[in-house]
Amino acid sequence: MDWTAFGLSLRLGVATVVILLPLAFLLARWLAYGRFRGRGFVEALVALPLILPPTVIGFYLLTAFGQQSPLGQFFQSLLGRPLAFSFEGLVLASVLVNLPFAVQPMQNALAAIPGNLRDAARCCGLAPLSVVRRIELPLALPGIATAVVLTFAHTLGEFGVVLMVGGSIPGETRTIAISIYDRVQAFDDRSAGVMALVLLVLSLVALGITNTLARRMARHD
Amino acid sequence: MSHRSRLLTRPALITCRVVVIAAVIGAGVAIAASRTLAAAPGADASAPLVAAASDLKFALDEILERFRADTGIAARIAYGSSGIFARQVMRGAPYELFLSADEQFVHELHAQGLTRGTGELYAIGRLALFAPTGSPLEPDPRMDDLARRVAAGQLGRFAIANPEHAPYGRAAEQALRVRGLWPELRPRLVLGENVAQAAQFASGGDTEGGLIAYSLALSPELRRRGTFALIPDSMHAPLRQRMVLLQGATPAAERLYEYLRSPASREILARYGFLLPAE
Repeated sequence: MDWTAFGLSLRLGVATVVILLPLAFLLARWLAYGRFRGRGFVEALVALPLILPPTVIGFYLLTAFGQQSPLGQFFQSLLGRPLAFSFEGLVLASVLVNLPFAVQPMQNALAAIPGNLRDAARCCGLAPLSVVRRIELPLALPGIATAVVLTFAHTLGEFGVVLMVGGSIPGETRTIAISIYDRVQAFDDRSAGVMALVLLVLSLVALGITNTLARRMARHD
Repeated sequence: MSHRSRLLTRPALITCRVVVIAAVIGAGVAIAASRTLAAAPGADASAPLVAAASDLKFALDEILERFRADTGIAARIAYGSSGIFARQVMRGAPYELFLSADEQFVHELHAQGLTRGTGELYAIGRLALFAPTGSPLEPDPRMDDLARRVAAGQLGRFAIANPEHAPYGRAAEQALRVRGLWPELRPRLVLGENVAQAAQFASGGDTEGGLIAYSLALSPELRRRGTFALIPDSMHAPLRQRMVLLQGATPAAERLYEYLRSPASREILARYGFLLPAE
């Protein structure tokens, strides 16, 4: 069992959730309530990481992280080292890859709140921010919780993108999923087996939680 | 708030709260745990970061173990394909010491100003034909039985490292071409990302065998899984393995570089079947 890799994966999962959740909530709200042309296109963009091969995402990210690109140069000057093959680079990649896992459950939850309820709240004089805080956030809570669990679990399991933009640097970019791959190549089937089991159980628990939440949510529709 | 209870049943609300609270606690535990785990040996960010060709897997593990016993420095090590490491270094990967299986990659990095000097030849690698226990293939140095099985159309899957970026894959291709087996064998090949993966494929029992690094074939893990034969080095271009310090190498990395040149390290490399370059 590679504890360093496991710790790194946990840290990556937490960082991804903390950064992604507020952004994804705003995006989900915009998609759920906004009336604008091209919404289908934005929704398709958000869902893209679900079906794109990780190698495609990895390739574009590597190019974007390179020292020739503006983004790469910006981070080079900010961090004093390149974004590729760093923990920060992994966080950025992970935020992008997890976009659909965070946005879609929250968007569905927000869309399920009856429009007249929000109208009524506004008629009663609630400020727009209070509507978000007192109506939308509490009612979308199952969706938010689902987003948190899915994003976290999916980050632990992400492999292809991490391999391409992170390499396998111990303590920096070697996540538990990458470590399993390395252990198998090192003929260390025992460690690989233990870590695989840990990921299996974690994923199962995560899906169990999300399914329970989804059922609870469906019941009140 | 009655509208709330109508929309969201009580158990649902409780579940949500539990999940949110669990998430917060979980995040705290995760951060605390990762701090503690980061203190585990091998995770020290000041430890020299080494990228090594995967044919060194067992030999270098042994050398690093001794290095740690002698100096108290635990290196962080990544094994993989030399070609992939070279690409990563060009893209800014923070490795400090690079042990390539093909000196060409070291020269390319040097030409781009990414290394300190041109480094040093530390070993010359050899190729081995490996067959897992239970395989009908009989390994011999001239690959005669392999040729026979190929000619008879009996050969199953055969593993080598990817010749596009792995030096041992390139050497395997050369040896198979010299023996005139390449065109017929090609559709039977499974390609490992690096030679350690090729060895894993070759020894797993799903293939009839493969051409892998002699240094890996000599390891206890692989000896247990099958038989092998050393391929004459006249059948492929020499695998001249060169190591080099990269820009940004710390003093700890420099010490490891020196340690790798010591008789103790050379003795271990020789034991794993590497030819040693003359002083």
